[in-house]
Amino acid sequence: MTTVQTGIQPISTSRRVKDRVVQALVYLAFAIAVVPLLSVLWLVVKNGLARFDLEFLTHSMRNIGARDAGGGAYHAIIGTLEQVLLASLIAVPIGLLTAVYLVEYGAGGRLARWISFFVDVMTGVPSVVSGLFVLAFWVLALGMPFSGFAGAMALSILMMPVVVRSAEEMLRLVPNDLREASYALGVPKWRTIVKVVLPTAFTGIVTGVMLAVARVAGETAPLLLTVFFTDSINNDPFSGPQMGLPLYVFDQAGRPTDTAIDRAWTGALTLILIVMLLNLVARLIAWWRSPAKRG
Amino acid sequence: MAKQIEVAGLDAYYGAHKAIEDITMTIEPRTVTAFIGPSGCGKSTFLRTLNRMHEVVPGARVEGKVRLEDQDLYGPDVDPVSVRRTIGMVFQRPNPFPTMSIYDNVAAGLRLNGRFSRSELDGIVESSLKGANLWNEVKDRLNKPGSGLSGGQQQRLCIARAIAVRPQVLLMDEPCSALDPISTLAIEDLISSLKQDYTIVIVTHNMQQAARVSDKTAFFNLAGQGQPGKLIEMDDTSRIFTNPGQKATEDYITGRFG
Ligand SMILES: Nc1ncnc2c1ncn2[C@@H]1O[C@H](COP(=O)(O)OP(=O)(O)OP(=O)(O)O)[C@@H](O)[C@H]1O
Ligand SMILES: [Mg+2]
Repeated sequence: MTTVQTGIQPISTSRRVKDRVVQALVYLAFAIAVVPLLSVLWLVVKNGLARFDLEFLTHSMRNIGARDAGGGAYHAIIGTLEQVLLASLIAVPIGLLTAVYLVEYGAGGRLARWISFFVDVMTGVPSVVSGLFVLAFWVLALGMPFSGFAGAMALSILMMPVVVRSAEEMLRLVPNDLREASYALGVPKWRTIVKVVLPTAFTGIVTGVMLAVARVAGETAPLLLTVFFTDSINNDPFSGPQMGLPLYVFDQAGRPTDTAIDRAWTGALTLILIVMLLNLVARLIAWWRSPAKRG
Repeated sequence: MAKQIEVAGLDAYYGAHKAIEDITMTIEPRTVTAFIGPSGCGKSTFLRTLNRMHEVVPGARVEGKVRLEDQDLYGPDVDPVSVRRTIGMVFQRPNPFPTMSIYDNVAAGLRLNGRFSRSELDGIVESSLKGANLWNEVKDRLNKPGSGLSGGQQQRLCIARAIAVRPQVLLMDEPCSALDPISTLAIEDLISSLKQDYTIVIVTHNMQQAARVSDKTAFFNLAGQGQPGKLIEMDDTSRIFTNPGQKATEDYITGRFG
Protein backbone atom coordinates (compact mmCIF):
# COMPACT_ATOMS: atom_id res chain seq x y z
CA MET A 1 0.00 0.00 0.00
CA THR A 2 1.28 3.43 -0.87
CA THR A 3 0.73 6.05 1.71
CA VAL A 4 -1.54 8.91 0.79
CA GLN A 5 -0.71 12.26 2.33
CA THR A 6 -3.62 13.55 4.28
CA GLY A 7 -4.31 16.76 6.10
CA ILE A 8 -4.03 20.38 5.04
CA GLN A 9 -0.60 21.31 3.75
CA PRO A 10 1.10 24.46 2.49
CA ILE A 11 1.46 24.70 -1.31
CA SER A 12 4.61 22.81 -2.21
CA THR A 13 7.61 24.67 -3.64
CA SER A 14 7.55 22.76 -6.90
CA ARG A 15 3.93 23.78 -7.49
CA ARG A 16 4.79 27.38 -6.73
CA VAL A 17 7.64 27.30 -9.25
CA LYS A 18 5.49 25.64 -11.91
CA ASP A 19 2.78 28.20 -11.33
CA ARG A 20 5.26 31.06 -11.79
CA VAL A 21 6.83 29.55 -14.91
CA VAL A 22 3.49 28.92 -16.59
CA GLN A 23 2.31 32.38 -15.65
CA ALA A 24 5.43 33.91 -17.20
CA LEU A 25 4.95 31.86 -20.36
CA VAL A 26 1.36 32.98 -20.73
CA TYR A 27 2.31 36.62 -20.35
CA LEU A 28 5.12 36.17 -22.85
CA ALA A 29 2.81 34.56 -25.38
CA PHE A 30 0.36 37.41 -24.89
CA ALA A 31 3.11 39.99 -25.46
CA ILE A 32 4.33 38.23 -28.60
CA ALA A 33 0.79 38.20 -29.95
CA VAL A 34 0.15 41.84 -29.13
CA VAL A 35 3.43 43.35 -30.34
CA PRO A 36 2.73 43.05 -34.09
CA LEU A 37 -0.82 44.26 -33.59
CA LEU A 38 0.22 47.33 -31.65
CA SER A 39 3.11 48.13 -33.98
CA VAL A 40 0.84 47.99 -37.03
CA LEU A 41 -1.73 50.18 -35.30
CA TRP A 42 0.95 52.62 -34.21
CA LEU A 43 2.44 52.80 -37.71
CA VAL A 44 -0.93 53.32 -39.36
CA VAL A 45 -1.94 56.03 -36.91
CA LYS A 46 1.42 57.80 -37.09
CA ASN A 47 1.60 57.82 -40.87
CA GLY A 48 -2.11 58.15 -41.52
CA LEU A 49 -2.83 61.16 -39.32
CA ALA A 50 -0.99 63.54 -41.71
CA ARG A 51 -3.74 63.38 -44.32
CA PHE A 52 -6.66 62.49 -42.06
CA ASP A 53 -8.58 65.68 -42.78
CA LEU A 54 -11.91 66.86 -44.08
CA GLU A 55 -10.68 66.98 -47.66
CA PHE A 56 -9.66 63.35 -47.50
CA LEU A 57 -13.05 62.31 -46.19
CA THR A 58 -15.09 64.38 -48.63
CA HIS A 59 -13.21 64.34 -51.94
CA SER A 60 -12.47 61.73 -54.56
CA MET A 61 -9.38 61.36 -56.72
CA ARG A 62 -11.02 62.81 -59.78
CA ASN A 63 -8.81 65.32 -61.59
CA ILE A 64 -5.96 64.79 -59.18
CA GLY A 65 -2.79 64.51 -61.22
CA ALA A 66 -0.02 62.06 -60.54
CA ARG A 67 2.08 64.63 -58.67
CA ASP A 68 -0.75 66.66 -57.09
CA ALA A 69 -1.21 66.83 -53.38
CA GLY A 70 -4.75 66.77 -51.94
CA GLY A 71 -7.42 64.38 -53.13
CA GLY A 72 -9.27 61.96 -50.93
CA ALA A 73 -11.00 58.65 -50.50
CA TYR A 74 -14.64 59.64 -50.39
CA HIS A 75 -15.41 57.46 -53.40
CA ALA A 76 -13.62 54.53 -51.77
CA ILE A 77 -15.37 54.99 -48.41
CA ILE A 78 -18.78 55.07 -50.10
CA GLY A 79 -17.82 52.03 -52.13
CA THR A 80 -16.63 50.02 -49.13
CA LEU A 81 -19.70 50.88 -47.06
CA GLU A 82 -22.09 49.95 -49.86
CA GLN A 83 -20.26 46.78 -50.81
CA VAL A 84 -19.98 45.54 -47.23
CA LEU A 85 -23.61 46.40 -46.55
CA LEU A 86 -24.79 44.56 -49.65
CA ALA A 87 -22.53 41.61 -48.89
CA SER A 88 -23.99 41.43 -45.38
CA LEU A 89 -27.52 41.65 -46.75
CA ILE A 90 -26.79 38.61 -48.88
CA ALA A 91 -24.61 36.60 -46.51
CA VAL A 92 -26.24 37.15 -43.12
CA PRO A 93 -29.75 35.86 -43.92
CA ILE A 94 -28.44 32.89 -45.87
CA GLY A 95 -25.79 32.14 -43.26
CA LEU A 96 -28.21 32.47 -40.37
CA LEU A 97 -30.85 30.29 -42.02
CA THR A 98 -28.19 27.69 -42.80
CA ALA A 99 -27.08 27.68 -39.17
CA VAL A 100 -30.70 27.36 -38.01
CA TYR A 101 -31.17 24.43 -40.36
CA LEU A 102 -27.99 22.72 -39.18
CA VAL A 103 -28.77 23.10 -35.48
CA GLU A 104 -32.56 22.89 -35.30
CA TYR A 105 -33.65 20.76 -38.24
CA GLY A 106 -30.70 18.88 -39.76
CA ALA A 107 -29.89 16.96 -36.57
CA GLY A 108 -26.85 15.18 -37.99
CA GLY A 109 -28.70 13.94 -41.06
CA ARG A 110 -27.06 13.34 -44.41
CA LEU A 111 -27.96 16.74 -45.88
CA ALA A 112 -26.73 18.52 -42.75
CA ARG A 113 -23.40 16.69 -42.95
CA TRP A 114 -22.99 17.64 -46.60
CA ILE A 115 -23.79 21.28 -45.85
CA SER A 116 -21.33 21.26 -42.96
CA PHE A 117 -18.67 19.81 -45.23
CA PHE A 118 -19.17 22.47 -47.90
CA VAL A 119 -19.18 25.25 -45.34
CA ASP A 120 -15.80 23.98 -44.21
CA VAL A 121 -14.61 23.94 -47.81
CA MET A 122 -15.87 27.49 -48.29
CA THR A 123 -13.99 28.65 -45.20
CA GLY A 124 -10.80 27.59 -46.90
CA VAL A 125 -11.50 29.24 -50.25
CA PRO A 126 -8.81 31.87 -50.96
CA SER A 127 -10.41 35.26 -51.39
CA VAL A 128 -9.13 35.69 -54.93
CA VAL A 129 -11.04 32.57 -55.96
CA SER A 130 -14.34 34.08 -54.87
CA GLY A 131 -13.49 37.12 -56.99
CA LEU A 132 -12.61 34.90 -59.94
CA PHE A 133 -15.87 33.02 -59.54
CA VAL A 134 -17.96 36.19 -59.72
CA LEU A 135 -15.83 37.44 -62.60
CA ALA A 136 -16.30 34.23 -64.55
CA PHE A 137 -19.97 33.72 -63.71
CA TRP A 138 -21.47 37.19 -63.39
CA VAL A 139 -19.27 39.34 -65.60
CA LEU A 140 -18.00 37.00 -68.31
CA ALA A 141 -20.75 34.37 -68.61
CA LEU A 142 -23.81 36.53 -67.88
CA GLY A 143 -22.27 39.64 -69.41
CA MET A 144 -23.04 41.87 -66.40
CA PRO A 145 -20.89 44.96 -65.91
CA PHE A 146 -18.30 45.45 -63.20
CA SER A 147 -20.12 46.97 -60.22
CA GLY A 148 -20.17 47.31 -56.49
CA PHE A 149 -22.83 44.63 -56.44
CA ALA A 150 -20.52 42.15 -58.17
CA GLY A 151 -17.95 42.93 -55.48
CA ALA A 152 -20.57 42.45 -52.78
CA MET A 153 -21.35 39.00 -54.18
CA ALA A 154 -17.69 38.03 -54.03
CA LEU A 155 -17.46 39.32 -50.47
CA SER A 156 -20.64 37.53 -49.44
CA ILE A 157 -19.10 34.23 -50.53
CA LEU A 158 -16.31 34.91 -48.06
CA MET A 159 -18.67 36.06 -45.31
CA MET A 160 -21.13 33.22 -45.47
CA PRO A 161 -19.05 30.41 -43.93
CA VAL A 162 -17.92 32.69 -41.10
CA VAL A 163 -21.53 33.63 -40.34
CA VAL A 164 -22.70 30.01 -40.52
CA ARG A 165 -19.98 28.70 -38.23
CA SER A 166 -20.29 31.39 -35.58
CA ALA A 167 -24.10 31.38 -35.59
CA GLU A 168 -24.11 27.58 -35.42
CA GLU A 169 -21.84 27.69 -32.41
CA MET A 170 -24.06 30.23 -30.68
CA LEU A 171 -27.29 28.34 -31.41
CA ARG A 172 -25.78 25.17 -29.99
CA LEU A 173 -25.05 27.04 -26.76
CA VAL A 174 -28.76 27.75 -26.23
CA PRO A 175 -29.82 25.20 -23.58
CA ASN A 176 -32.26 22.57 -24.76
CA ASP A 177 -34.30 23.25 -21.61
CA LEU A 178 -35.44 26.54 -23.12
CA ARG A 179 -36.64 24.90 -26.32
CA GLU A 180 -38.52 22.28 -24.29
CA ALA A 181 -40.00 24.93 -22.01
CA SER A 182 -41.35 26.66 -25.07
CA TYR A 183 -42.69 23.50 -26.70
CA ALA A 184 -44.39 22.58 -23.42
CA LEU A 185 -46.31 25.88 -23.59
CA GLY A 186 -47.73 24.76 -26.91
CA VAL A 187 -45.51 27.00 -29.02
CA PRO A 188 -44.75 25.61 -32.49
CA LYS A 189 -41.14 24.88 -33.35
CA TRP A 190 -40.63 27.77 -35.78
CA ARG A 191 -41.95 30.30 -33.26
CA THR A 192 -39.76 28.78 -30.60
CA ILE A 193 -36.78 29.36 -32.84
CA VAL A 194 -37.79 32.92 -33.70
CA LYS A 195 -38.91 34.03 -30.25
CA VAL A 196 -36.77 32.01 -27.86
CA VAL A 197 -33.70 30.50 -29.51
CA LEU A 198 -32.57 33.39 -31.72
CA PRO A 199 -33.07 36.11 -29.06
CA THR A 200 -31.09 34.02 -26.57
CA ALA A 201 -28.22 33.67 -29.03
CA PHE A 202 -28.55 37.23 -30.34
CA THR A 203 -25.46 38.79 -28.75
CA GLY A 204 -23.22 35.98 -29.93
CA ILE A 205 -24.65 36.06 -33.43
CA VAL A 206 -24.03 39.81 -33.69
CA THR A 207 -20.42 39.28 -32.64
CA GLY A 208 -20.01 36.60 -35.28
CA VAL A 209 -21.48 38.82 -37.99
CA MET A 210 -19.10 41.60 -36.98
CA LEU A 211 -16.15 39.25 -37.27
CA ALA A 212 -17.31 38.34 -40.75
CA VAL A 213 -17.71 42.01 -41.69
CA ALA A 214 -14.25 42.81 -40.36
CA ARG A 215 -12.86 39.93 -42.33
CA VAL A 216 -14.26 41.02 -45.69
CA ALA A 217 -13.94 44.78 -45.27
CA GLY A 218 -10.21 44.52 -45.86
CA GLU A 219 -10.31 42.18 -48.86
CA THR A 220 -8.55 43.54 -51.95
CA ALA A 221 -8.24 40.72 -54.43
CA PRO A 222 -11.95 39.94 -54.97
CA LEU A 223 -12.69 43.65 -55.43
CA LEU A 224 -9.96 44.02 -58.03
CA LEU A 225 -11.71 41.45 -60.18
CA THR A 226 -15.31 42.59 -59.64
CA VAL A 227 -15.80 46.27 -58.81
CA PHE A 228 -12.89 47.12 -61.08
CA PHE A 229 -11.53 50.52 -60.24
CA THR A 230 -12.34 54.20 -60.46
CA ASP A 231 -11.09 57.61 -59.33
CA SER A 232 -14.56 59.14 -59.38
CA ILE A 233 -17.52 58.99 -57.06
CA ASN A 234 -20.07 56.35 -58.03
CA ASN A 235 -22.90 56.17 -55.55
CA ASP A 236 -24.75 53.44 -57.41
CA PRO A 237 -23.44 50.00 -56.48
CA PHE A 238 -25.47 48.38 -59.25
CA SER A 239 -23.89 50.01 -62.25
CA GLY A 240 -20.41 50.93 -63.27
CA PRO A 241 -17.06 50.48 -61.57
CA GLN A 242 -16.76 51.48 -57.94
CA MET A 243 -13.89 51.87 -55.56
CA GLY A 244 -13.20 50.34 -52.17
CA LEU A 245 -10.82 51.34 -49.41
CA PRO A 246 -8.57 48.28 -49.73
CA LEU A 247 -8.32 48.92 -53.49
CA TYR A 248 -7.58 52.56 -52.79
CA VAL A 249 -4.76 51.69 -50.41
CA PHE A 250 -3.40 49.17 -52.88
CA ASP A 251 -3.50 51.72 -55.70
CA GLN A 252 -2.04 54.67 -53.82
CA ALA A 253 0.69 52.63 -52.20
CA GLY A 254 1.86 51.58 -55.64
CA ARG A 255 2.39 55.14 -56.80
CA PRO A 256 5.84 56.72 -56.66
CA THR A 257 5.04 60.05 -54.95
CA ASP A 258 5.05 60.78 -51.22
CA THR A 259 1.60 62.38 -51.37
CA ALA A 260 0.17 59.14 -52.73
CA ILE A 261 1.92 57.08 -50.05
CA ASP A 262 0.44 59.37 -47.40
CA ARG A 263 -3.01 58.87 -48.89
CA ALA A 264 -2.50 55.11 -48.72
CA TRP A 265 -1.71 55.29 -44.98
CA THR A 266 -4.72 57.47 -44.32
CA GLY A 267 -6.87 55.07 -46.35
CA ALA A 268 -5.70 52.21 -44.14
CA LEU A 269 -6.42 54.26 -41.02
CA THR A 270 -9.91 55.06 -42.29
CA LEU A 271 -10.59 51.39 -42.96
CA ILE A 272 -9.54 50.44 -39.44
CA LEU A 273 -11.71 53.19 -38.00
CA ILE A 274 -14.73 52.08 -40.04
CA VAL A 275 -14.40 48.48 -38.83
CA MET A 276 -13.97 49.68 -35.25
CA LEU A 277 -16.98 51.93 -35.56
CA LEU A 278 -19.14 49.12 -36.95
CA ASN A 279 -17.97 46.95 -34.08
CA LEU A 280 -18.95 49.60 -31.59
CA VAL A 281 -22.39 49.96 -33.13
CA ALA A 282 -22.87 46.18 -32.98
CA ARG A 283 -21.82 46.10 -29.33
CA LEU A 284 -24.30 48.88 -28.59
CA ILE A 285 -27.09 46.96 -30.31
CA ALA A 286 -26.19 43.80 -28.40
CA TRP A 287 -26.07 45.70 -25.12
CA TRP A 288 -29.31 47.44 -25.81
CA ARG A 289 -31.01 44.10 -26.48
CA SER A 290 -29.51 42.27 -23.51
CA PRO A 291 -31.57 41.56 -20.38
CA ALA A 292 -28.69 42.82 -18.22
CA LYS A 293 -29.55 46.34 -19.26
CA ARG A 294 -33.01 46.01 -17.84
CA GLY A 295 -31.75 44.27 -14.72
CA MET B 1 -61.82 22.30 -17.04
CA ALA B 2 -59.90 19.39 -15.50
CA LYS B 3 -60.02 16.23 -17.54
CA GLN B 4 -59.36 12.55 -17.08
CA ILE B 5 -56.43 10.81 -18.75
CA GLU B 6 -56.58 7.18 -19.76
CA VAL B 7 -53.47 5.31 -20.80
CA ALA B 8 -53.59 1.84 -22.35
CA GLY B 9 -50.72 -0.48 -23.31
CA LEU B 10 -48.20 2.30 -23.69
CA ASP B 11 -44.58 1.63 -24.71
CA ALA B 12 -41.98 4.35 -25.23
CA TYR B 13 -38.68 4.02 -27.04
CA TYR B 14 -35.47 6.01 -27.39
CA GLY B 15 -34.25 4.70 -30.74
CA ALA B 16 -34.04 0.95 -30.27
CA HIS B 17 -34.05 1.16 -26.47
CA LYS B 18 -37.44 0.49 -24.91
CA ALA B 19 -37.63 2.73 -21.84
CA ILE B 20 -41.12 1.85 -20.58
CA GLU B 21 -43.42 -1.04 -21.37
CA ASP B 22 -47.11 -1.76 -21.34
CA ILE B 23 -48.36 0.97 -19.04
CA THR B 24 -52.08 1.12 -18.39
CA MET B 25 -53.60 3.56 -15.93
CA THR B 26 -56.32 6.11 -15.39
CA ILE B 27 -55.51 9.55 -14.01
CA GLU B 28 -58.53 11.15 -12.37
CA PRO B 29 -59.49 14.79 -12.83
CA ARG B 30 -59.14 17.20 -9.90
CA THR B 31 -56.77 14.93 -8.08
CA VAL B 32 -53.03 14.88 -7.57
CA THR B 33 -51.38 11.73 -8.84
CA ALA B 34 -47.80 11.02 -7.74
CA PHE B 35 -45.32 8.89 -9.68
CA ILE B 36 -42.62 7.28 -7.58
CA GLY B 37 -39.90 4.75 -8.33
CA PRO B 38 -36.14 4.29 -8.51
CA SER B 39 -33.99 6.45 -10.79
CA GLY B 40 -34.07 5.42 -14.45
CA CYS B 41 -37.34 3.50 -14.24
CA GLY B 42 -38.98 5.79 -16.76
CA LYS B 43 -41.10 8.20 -14.71
CA SER B 44 -39.98 11.24 -16.68
CA THR B 45 -40.30 9.35 -19.94
CA PHE B 46 -43.86 8.33 -19.12
CA LEU B 47 -44.78 11.83 -17.99
CA ARG B 48 -43.49 13.23 -21.27
CA THR B 49 -45.55 10.80 -23.32
CA LEU B 50 -48.68 12.30 -21.75
CA ASN B 51 -48.25 15.66 -23.50
CA ARG B 52 -46.33 14.43 -26.53
CA MET B 53 -43.06 15.94 -25.37
CA HIS B 54 -41.41 12.54 -25.68
CA GLU B 55 -41.22 12.72 -29.45
CA VAL B 56 -39.23 15.97 -29.26
CA VAL B 57 -36.16 13.83 -28.51
CA PRO B 58 -34.62 12.71 -31.83
CA GLY B 59 -35.36 9.04 -32.51
CA ALA B 60 -37.93 8.73 -29.72
CA ARG B 61 -41.33 7.17 -30.38
CA VAL B 62 -44.42 5.93 -28.58
CA GLU B 63 -46.76 2.98 -29.07
CA GLY B 64 -50.11 2.52 -27.38
CA LYS B 65 -52.99 4.79 -26.49
CA VAL B 66 -53.40 7.95 -24.44
CA ARG B 67 -56.88 9.46 -24.21
CA LEU B 68 -57.84 12.80 -22.73
CA GLU B 69 -61.55 12.26 -21.96
CA ASP B 70 -62.77 11.17 -25.39
CA GLN B 71 -59.84 12.37 -27.50
CA ASP B 72 -57.03 10.11 -28.66
CA LEU B 73 -53.86 12.18 -28.14
CA TYR B 74 -51.89 10.04 -30.57
CA GLY B 75 -54.59 10.03 -33.24
CA PRO B 76 -53.38 10.44 -36.83
CA ASP B 77 -54.52 14.02 -37.26
CA VAL B 78 -53.90 15.36 -33.77
CA ASP B 79 -51.56 18.37 -33.66
CA PRO B 80 -48.96 17.77 -30.93
CA VAL B 81 -48.70 21.54 -30.45
CA SER B 82 -52.35 21.73 -29.42
CA VAL B 83 -51.88 18.76 -27.07
CA ARG B 84 -49.08 20.64 -25.31
CA ARG B 85 -51.25 23.70 -25.08
CA THR B 86 -53.89 21.61 -23.29
CA ILE B 87 -51.50 19.68 -21.05
CA GLY B 88 -48.94 21.95 -19.41
CA MET B 89 -45.61 20.91 -17.97
CA VAL B 90 -43.20 22.07 -15.26
CA PHE B 91 -39.65 20.77 -15.42
CA GLN B 92 -37.23 19.56 -12.80
CA ARG B 93 -34.87 22.47 -13.27
CA PRO B 94 -36.43 25.95 -13.33
CA ASN B 95 -36.02 27.22 -16.89
CA PRO B 96 -37.32 30.78 -17.26
CA PHE B 97 -36.54 32.41 -20.61
CA PRO B 98 -33.37 34.41 -19.91
CA THR B 99 -34.06 37.13 -22.47
CA MET B 100 -37.48 37.92 -21.05
CA SER B 101 -38.66 39.87 -18.03
CA ILE B 102 -40.79 38.28 -15.30
CA TYR B 103 -43.90 39.67 -16.96
CA ASP B 104 -42.88 38.46 -20.41
CA ASN B 105 -42.06 35.01 -19.06
CA VAL B 106 -45.56 34.59 -17.69
CA ALA B 107 -47.10 36.07 -20.82
CA ALA B 108 -44.84 34.03 -23.12
CA GLY B 109 -47.23 31.15 -23.73
CA LEU B 110 -50.06 33.56 -24.55
CA ARG B 111 -48.00 35.94 -26.65
CA LEU B 112 -46.37 33.18 -28.61
CA ASN B 113 -49.74 31.63 -29.36
CA GLY B 114 -52.04 34.47 -30.23
CA ARG B 115 -53.08 38.06 -29.85
CA PHE B 116 -54.08 39.50 -26.52
CA SER B 117 -54.68 43.08 -25.56
CA ARG B 118 -52.40 44.62 -22.97
CA SER B 119 -55.14 44.73 -20.34
CA GLU B 120 -56.08 41.09 -20.93
CA LEU B 121 -52.44 40.14 -20.57
CA ASP B 122 -52.06 42.23 -17.41
CA GLY B 123 -55.02 40.42 -15.89
CA ILE B 124 -53.80 36.93 -16.78
CA VAL B 125 -50.23 37.65 -15.66
CA GLU B 126 -51.45 38.91 -12.32
CA SER B 127 -53.84 36.02 -11.72
CA SER B 128 -51.23 33.45 -12.79
CA LEU B 129 -48.56 34.91 -10.52
CA LYS B 130 -51.09 34.99 -7.68
CA GLY B 131 -51.99 31.40 -8.49
CA ALA B 132 -48.33 30.47 -8.23
CA ASN B 133 -47.93 32.31 -4.90
CA LEU B 134 -45.38 34.67 -6.40
CA TRP B 135 -47.29 37.89 -6.95
CA ASN B 136 -46.39 39.59 -3.69
CA GLU B 137 -42.69 38.92 -4.16
CA VAL B 138 -42.43 40.22 -7.72
CA LYS B 139 -45.23 42.73 -8.25
CA ASP B 140 -42.80 45.65 -7.97
CA ARG B 141 -40.28 44.27 -10.43
CA LEU B 142 -42.27 42.70 -13.22
CA ASN B 143 -39.93 44.23 -15.79
CA LYS B 144 -36.77 42.75 -14.30
CA PRO B 145 -35.30 39.61 -15.89
CA GLY B 146 -36.79 36.32 -14.70
CA SER B 147 -33.33 34.85 -14.27
CA GLY B 148 -32.69 37.31 -11.44
CA LEU B 149 -35.03 35.44 -9.09
CA SER B 150 -34.02 32.80 -6.56
CA GLY B 151 -34.32 29.13 -7.57
CA GLY B 152 -37.59 28.64 -5.73
CA GLN B 153 -39.03 31.84 -7.15
CA GLN B 154 -37.92 30.80 -10.63
CA GLN B 155 -39.70 27.49 -10.24
CA ARG B 156 -42.88 29.25 -9.15
CA LEU B 157 -42.42 31.59 -12.12
CA CYS B 158 -42.32 28.51 -14.35
CA ILE B 159 -45.51 27.24 -12.73
CA ALA B 160 -47.13 30.63 -13.31
CA ARG B 161 -46.00 30.46 -16.92
CA ALA B 162 -47.49 26.99 -17.28
CA ILE B 163 -50.88 27.88 -15.76
CA ALA B 164 -51.13 31.18 -17.66
CA VAL B 165 -52.15 29.30 -20.80
CA ARG B 166 -55.00 27.63 -18.85
CA PRO B 167 -54.12 24.00 -19.45
CA GLN B 168 -56.47 21.23 -18.39
CA VAL B 169 -53.74 19.06 -16.98
CA LEU B 170 -50.48 20.04 -15.29
CA LEU B 171 -47.53 17.66 -15.38
CA MET B 172 -44.69 18.31 -12.93
CA ASP B 173 -41.38 16.48 -13.12
CA GLU B 174 -39.70 16.69 -9.70
CA PRO B 175 -40.64 20.36 -9.36
CA CYS B 176 -39.07 20.67 -5.90
CA SER B 177 -35.86 18.71 -6.29
CA ALA B 178 -33.73 21.84 -6.60
CA LEU B 179 -35.48 23.77 -3.86
CA ASP B 180 -35.11 24.48 -0.16
CA PRO B 181 -37.75 23.20 2.32
CA ILE B 182 -39.58 26.53 2.49
CA SER B 183 -39.93 26.88 -1.27
CA THR B 184 -40.90 23.22 -1.38
CA LEU B 185 -43.69 23.84 1.10
CA ALA B 186 -44.83 26.85 -0.91
CA ILE B 187 -45.03 24.70 -4.01
CA GLU B 188 -46.79 21.88 -2.20
CA ASP B 189 -49.39 24.34 -0.92
CA LEU B 190 -49.71 25.60 -4.44
CA ILE B 191 -50.28 22.08 -5.78
CA SER B 192 -53.03 21.51 -3.22
CA SER B 193 -54.80 24.68 -4.26
CA LEU B 194 -54.33 24.08 -7.99
CA LYS B 195 -56.02 20.72 -7.51
CA GLN B 196 -59.42 22.46 -7.52
CA ASP B 197 -59.05 23.32 -11.18
CA TYR B 198 -56.49 21.02 -12.72
CA THR B 199 -55.60 17.40 -13.10
CA ILE B 200 -52.14 17.23 -11.61
CA VAL B 201 -49.42 14.64 -12.05
CA ILE B 202 -46.22 14.98 -10.06
CA VAL B 203 -43.02 12.93 -10.22
CA THR B 204 -41.14 12.90 -6.95
CA HIS B 205 -38.33 11.10 -5.18
CA ASN B 206 -39.54 12.39 -1.87
CA MET B 207 -41.84 9.86 -0.18
CA GLN B 208 -43.11 12.35 2.37
CA GLN B 209 -43.96 14.73 -0.42
CA ALA B 210 -45.87 12.06 -2.30
CA ALA B 211 -47.71 11.19 0.90
CA ARG B 212 -48.42 14.86 1.67
CA VAL B 213 -49.69 16.14 -1.65
CA SER B 214 -51.08 13.25 -3.64
CA ASP B 215 -54.38 11.42 -3.65
CA LYS B 216 -53.20 8.57 -5.86
CA THR B 217 -49.73 7.11 -6.13
CA ALA B 218 -48.25 5.03 -8.94
CA PHE B 219 -45.11 2.99 -8.30
CA PHE B 220 -42.81 2.23 -11.25
CA ASN B 221 -39.93 -0.19 -11.25
CA LEU B 222 -37.34 -1.85 -13.47
CA ALA B 223 -37.12 -5.60 -13.79
CA GLY B 224 -33.36 -5.23 -14.18
CA GLN B 225 -30.53 -3.31 -15.80
CA GLY B 226 -31.38 -2.48 -19.44
CA GLN B 227 -34.96 -3.70 -19.04
CA PRO B 228 -37.90 -1.37 -19.68
CA GLY B 229 -39.62 0.24 -16.70
CA LYS B 230 -43.09 -0.94 -15.73
CA LEU B 231 -46.00 0.22 -13.64
CA ILE B 232 -46.01 -2.03 -10.58
CA GLU B 233 -49.13 -0.72 -8.93
CA MET B 234 -51.32 2.31 -8.58
CA ASP B 235 -53.73 2.97 -5.75
CA ASP B 236 -54.91 5.53 -3.21
CA THR B 237 -51.88 7.16 -1.65
CA SER B 238 -52.94 6.21 1.85
CA ARG B 239 -53.15 2.58 0.80
CA ILE B 240 -49.81 2.55 -1.05
CA PHE B 241 -48.06 3.95 2.00
CA THR B 242 -49.75 1.79 4.61
CA ASN B 243 -50.73 -1.42 2.93
CA PRO B 244 -49.30 -1.79 -0.59
CA GLY B 245 -50.36 -4.73 -2.72
CA GLN B 246 -46.89 -5.63 -3.90
CA LYS B 247 -43.77 -6.61 -2.03
CA ALA B 248 -41.59 -4.42 -4.30
CA THR B 249 -43.62 -1.34 -3.45
CA GLU B 250 -43.30 -1.96 0.24
CA ASP B 251 -39.55 -2.52 -0.07
CA TYR B 252 -39.14 0.71 -2.01
CA ILE B 253 -41.25 2.81 0.33
CA THR B 254 -39.62 1.50 3.46
CA GLY B 255 -36.23 2.22 1.93
CA ARG B 256 -35.04 -1.35 1.53
CA PHE B 257 -33.93 -0.59 -2.03
CA GLY B 258 -33.85 2.20 -4.63
N1 LIG C 1 -32.94 11.47 -24.13
C1 LIG C 1 -32.74 10.16 -23.90
N2 LIG C 1 -32.13 9.40 -24.82
C2 LIG C 1 -31.92 8.08 -24.62
N3 LIG C 1 -32.30 7.43 -23.52
C3 LIG C 1 -32.92 8.13 -22.55
C4 LIG C 1 -33.17 9.54 -22.70
N4 LIG C 1 -33.79 9.97 -21.59
C5 LIG C 1 -33.91 8.91 -20.79
N5 LIG C 1 -33.40 7.79 -21.35
C6 LIG C 1 -33.38 6.42 -20.79
O1 LIG C 1 -34.70 6.03 -20.50
C7 LIG C 1 -34.75 5.37 -19.24
C8 LIG C 1 -35.77 6.06 -18.35
O2 LIG C 1 -35.31 7.37 -18.05
P1 LIG C 1 -36.16 8.45 -17.28
O3 LIG C 1 -35.49 9.77 -17.42
O4 LIG C 1 -37.56 8.38 -17.76
O5 LIG C 1 -36.06 7.91 -15.79
P2 LIG C 1 -36.65 8.55 -14.46
O6 LIG C 1 -37.50 7.51 -13.84
O7 LIG C 1 -37.25 9.86 -14.72
O8 LIG C 1 -35.34 8.69 -13.60
P3 LIG C 1 -34.99 9.85 -12.53
O9 LIG C 1 -35.76 9.53 -11.32
O10 LIG C 1 -33.52 9.67 -12.32
O11 LIG C 1 -35.34 11.16 -13.13
C9 LIG C 1 -33.34 5.38 -18.68
O12 LIG C 1 -32.78 4.11 -18.94
C10 LIG C 1 -32.63 6.43 -19.47
O13 LIG C 1 -31.29 6.09 -19.64
MG1 LIG D 1 -36.72 11.91 -14.25
